[in-house]
Amino acid sequence: MKIVDARGLSCPEPLMLTAEALKNSDESVKILVTEPHQKMNVEKYAKDHGRKAVSTESGDGFEIVIE
Amino acid sequence: MNLSDSKKKLALAGIVCGLVAVCLAIYGNPANMAFCIACFIRDMAGALGMHQAEVVQYARPEIIGLVLGAFIISFATKEYRSTGGSSPMIRFVLGMIIMIGSLVFLGCPLRMVLRMSAGDGNAWVALIGFILGVGTGAFALKKGFSLGRAYVTNKTGGMVLPALMVGVLLLSVFTSLLKSSESGPGSMHAPLILSLIGGLIFGAFAQKSRMCFAGGIRDVILMKNFDLLTVIVGLFAVMLVYNLVSGNFVLGFNTPGVIAHSEHLWNILGMYAVGFAAVLAGGCPLRQLILAGQGSSDSAVTVLGMFVGAALCHNFGLASSGTSLNPETKELVAGAVTTNGKIALVICIVVCFVIAFTNKRKEA
Repeated sequence: MKIVDARGLSCPEPLMLTAEALKNSDESVKILVTEPHQKMNVEKYAKDHGRKAVSTESGDGFEIVIE
Repeated sequence: MNLSDSKKKLALAGIVCGLVAVCLAIYGNPANMAFCIACFIRDMAGALGMHQAEVVQYARPEIIGLVLGAFIISFATKEYRSTGGSSPMIRFVLGMIIMIGSLVFLGCPLRMVLRMSAGDGNAWVALIGFILGVGTGAFALKKGFSLGRAYVTNKTGGMVLPALMVGVLLLSVFTSLLKSSESGPGSMHAPLILSLIGGLIFGAFAQKSRMCFAGGIRDVILMKNFDLLTVIVGLFAVMLVYNLVSGNFVLGFNTPGVIAHSEHLWNILGMYAVGFAAVLAGGCPLRQLILAGQGSSDSAVTVLGMFVGAALCHNFGLASSGTSLNPETKELVAGAVTTNGKIALVICIVVCFVIAFTNKRKEA
């Protein structure tokens, strides 16, 4: 699974990295972010692009697995 | 409570914040300033004696309320996170640039929208510069711009700016240490308690809706996402209705009393610098205050940069003057951008380019 570590990055970098990782690929991607609003933005982006996202809290941030 | 998961809720947040601005204007804030972040930070810098412009000195409770509102709501909803370490000194400089650009134009992006809603053509001209500035920042982001990662710090680290704001509030209520204008825009203000409550409400709604004037346009350019823009449209709509109903809507340029000037090139360049720097810093002046309230020391440093930028503007004559009526002759005195302001603004734009294209994201 591809992993994108966007922890601690300012907006909109986490979303840009997510978009890049999902581009032209059906592979599952794990996105790591720090802020709750970034988690929500990534989840929404996945949903808007027809992908399923499952989030869990981990350490100081969140893990979002996009399938 | 989540206000950012649907366009309706986002528009509602914009409407609530617009209503707060309307109330504060009705109860004494300068009508077309209502809730200008740059103007109010400039007034606070004056109250603290950082500059000596006597007409713009007042510890605006709105700024205190914004930070505390964001702090309280983020704590209550478990979104508070104490972080820091993402190029703080570059953010400090970006804060200064945001303030210098704002005071050349005479307003932050929030006030630009308020002025647009009151029919001020100069603000519509400045919007061109703001969009171009945000666009340039977005281009830099596409080319890999990043100020690097922020890291989780001790929980108290993110509480320093909110604590300092409480300190300023206590000084303004219980002492006479702070300066307070007796005439000019600084003397025009709603009652303290109303301003504070307004700030708290605005701060809470801005935190939950992620309201950001630079982000709204940036997301449209980068992601074709109109979510954040919806909040701004909601705020604009409320202010437009208020201005039309109250008779404050005056379509045109060179309107005395608006505190604006009609030097179009410099209005465009002023907001170009603000839009550019705001995208590089990750948010507009309002968003920086909100992020600082929810624990970001990096944004707190940007806010401090804005305070220093405001002081520089008035200590070195960088701030523009607004068009006014000569009270004796009744002649129109056109507002103007100072030579120092023009030089400083050009330097600011050059510095933005240097920052934008010398800070690259390391591969994740």
